[in-house]
Amino acid sequence: MIRRTIAAAVAGLWALAASGAEPAPKTPDGTVADFSRPAQDPAAVERGKQVFSVNCGFCHGSGARGGEGGPNLLRSPIVLNDQKGEILLAIVQVGRPDKGMPKFNLGADAVSDIAAYLHSIPAGSVQAEVDPRAIIVGNAKAGEKYFFGKGRCGQCHSLKTGGDLAGIGSKYDPKTLQDHIVSGGAVTMLGARSPTAPARAAKVTRSNGEVISGTLLSIDDFNVTLIDAAGARRSFRRNGAAPLVEVKDPMQAHMDMLREWEDRDIHDLNAFLVKQK
Amino acid sequence: MMHFKNLRAAAAGLLIVGAAQFAYATEAAKSGVGESWPTYSGDYSGQRFSSLAQIDRSNVKHLTLAWAARLEGGADTGGGGPFAPPRPPTIVGGEIEKAVVTGGLFSSGAPISIRGAILQVDGMLYVSAPDNAWAIDAATGKVAWHFYWKTKGGTHTSNKGMGIHKNWLFMETADDYLVSLDARTGAERWHKEIANFNEQYFAEAAPIVIGNHVLVGAGNDSDAAGAVRSFDPETGVLQWTLHTVPMKQGDAGLETWPSLDAARHGGGNVWASGSYDPETKLYIVGTGNPSPAYVPRGRDGDNLFTCSLIAVNVETGKLAWYYQTSPHDTHDWDSAQTPVLVDAEFAGKPRKLVLQATRNGHFFVLDRTTGEHLLTTRFAQWGKWVKEINKKGQPVRDPARDASVAGSLVSIDGWTNWPPPSFSPQTGLFYVRNLESYGLLYYTEKDPQGAMGLGGIARGGQVSLGSIIQAIDYRTGKAVWQRHFGPGDGMLGALSTGMLTTAGGLLFSTDTTENFIAFDAQTGESLWHTRLHGVSNAAESYGIEGRQFILVAAGDMVYAFSLYE
Repeated sequence: MIRRTIAAAVAGLWALAASGAEPAPKTPDGTVADFSRPAQDPAAVERGKQVFSVNCGFCHGSGARGGEGGPNLLRSPIVLNDQKGEILLAIVQVGRPDKGMPKFNLGADAVSDIAAYLHSIPAGSVQAEVDPRAIIVGNAKAGEKYFFGKGRCGQCHSLKTGGDLAGIGSKYDPKTLQDHIVSGGAVTMLGARSPTAPARAAKVTRSNGEVISGTLLSIDDFNVTLIDAAGARRSFRRNGAAPLVEVKDPMQAHMDMLREWEDRDIHDLNAFLVKQK
Repeated sequence: MMHFKNLRAAAAGLLIVGAAQFAYATEAAKSGVGESWPTYSGDYSGQRFSSLAQIDRSNVKHLTLAWAARLEGGADTGGGGPFAPPRPPTIVGGEIEKAVVTGGLFSSGAPISIRGAILQVDGMLYVSAPDNAWAIDAATGKVAWHFYWKTKGGTHTSNKGMGIHKNWLFMETADDYLVSLDARTGAERWHKEIANFNEQYFAEAAPIVIGNHVLVGAGNDSDAAGAVRSFDPETGVLQWTLHTVPMKQGDAGLETWPSLDAARHGGGNVWASGSYDPETKLYIVGTGNPSPAYVPRGRDGDNLFTCSLIAVNVETGKLAWYYQTSPHDTHDWDSAQTPVLVDAEFAGKPRKLVLQATRNGHFFVLDRTTGEHLLTTRFAQWGKWVKEINKKGQPVRDPARDASVAGSLVSIDGWTNWPPPSFSPQTGLFYVRNLESYGLLYYTEKDPQGAMGLGGIARGGQVSLGSIIQAIDYRTGKAVWQRHFGPGDGMLGALSTGMLTTAGGLLFSTDTTENFIAFDAQTGESLWHTRLHGVSNAAESYGIEGRQFILVAAGDMVYAFSLYE
């Protein structure tokens, strides 16, 4: 089976389906198979590509996504409904004079090869990888100023030898680095906190004065669950202000920035941090 | 002994308490949903307001489990072991020998997730999930029959529920069929093609039955044109098709596209259900994003009628009016959210209104007879992508916030989604789930011809700040109260969940952990809660023999709650 490969946008992240916030389906082998076609014969695909580039590519584009006057064929209902050239054959041999397409003197075998080629190209929501170099458009000097100034990054992070961001530019590619500037690097699908995110500290003070501190697992209006100092999992009912629960989230500074960011500041910061080798 | 009060809501949030006798409602009525829940939103208004008031603010703390049912999917539901209740046989339909099962969270073969509306008619519940339908006894939770559709594939994000006409059920399948079942037995009557599977459509909306029309739509992520279609409930014959983008020279809206080819591939798919105004015979439904979604190259212009509210005459299939809530959308922010029809006072005059909170983070009030714009406000916490609100009340996007090579920060998934809002005529408030998340959108397309569908971009650095329930005064568009829930557990904070209001003064919804909560609709205070394993649909209410139930699904489980007796 040739399956439509959607290169994952972010490591492990799924492409989006229009029909909701949900990620599009992706099989464990990294492909989306919901609309997949049967595998095409590689030799026929290769022959078809040749015939296409000579006869069709000028108008319909070298990748068949449209060119000089001819429409995108990959999304054309004619091509999508065609299986082995049976619909294409008449169109190629007769042409579409009303749309300015001449007829072509190609036989059934050649058209079948063209069909194999067209059907081998993924149609639909194809995503490409980010070019890591292309995204560095910011001003490193301005980024440095932002890091130590308005961005207050230096309050938690250090670029000095032994600091948490020392050599950060060697550790991550520029896109991952920039993504981490926004997210703090501790989120996963749809922005959910990753299991490897820095722990949130929770301190529960009960009405009898007992204090339980530990690592927060979950909190809502009704319960708080943490791992206490002894490693035990403990849940407490919450009723308004009782017991008193205090949470410290090392990611909070990143979350507080989300509404404030200007794209230029992110790009400048990234230009600065990629240089921290 | 009779606990029900039939509360009929009048305009402007005033309440008139009607006869103490509970009216057995079998038809959709504008005054609130009665004992049955016969269509997607309970009634045609989209308000999701139950007129049942047995469960109210004072006694909701006594709400307790009446029954729970675990639903099994697939061709063979053999039961869950020696202690599982006996199962009825599965009725199997489909056009192919063997289902195409691909696996994955939102693909065929995924675990059962009940995300849509559940119908309640004459004491039976009709439940659907992709490729599966069940009938359940509404009083006991016993499964009466199960239907399984052998799918050819297609995107399986959700099945949003079924429609019913007499004894005939209607469901859409991910591989683009409208299937009609006998509600008494689950036997298939017929199935008809809604859209072309080869063109990568997938159908998942709840069919809406209006008189002798079954209204359907389909989704598409590959540049195919959207449409509303009407089928005959008896014969399954296609009655009319209304495309939501121009399909030929002379079609309305073509001037908002650079070419006919761009328009015909411009999307605007109708993948959720609309609301209906019996007085004007207008079906009002929201359309999806223009296509290609993020890479707008080649589709300059407003791109009508994508991301719009459209009003369709159900008899003729003709467009009566439209209002575009996102001109030239570039963020996949569909406007498919449920339109809510309300008769109420606005600016000192009684008006027939339609309210919509759209994925672009804005709340709109229109006159639903004419489409006249009355109000736009932003409920989103962030509006840097908006250059201005134009004279028509539309948010105009700043192209600088589109996907860019270097990355643009924006809300990637939008500010709300299709899980339905609710409007309570008691409080005059519109309740909506508001998501807040941010991330970077990168433009990655190398082909100078641009991308297709949702392609041509990459995302990164996404962070969810969790979600908020907003109670919006429709007259001002401002929230009267908000309840903030943090990022929550796993992805729950990033997923939208729906709303139910009741004449008992209650709002039922969820937080971002696993709690199913009854709120005071007036104040937002939590009055009752229970912990379910990931509520997956919007709650509903129905009544049987003088007993009010609150119904909600969580994955493959359906729970019915009622007052402890």
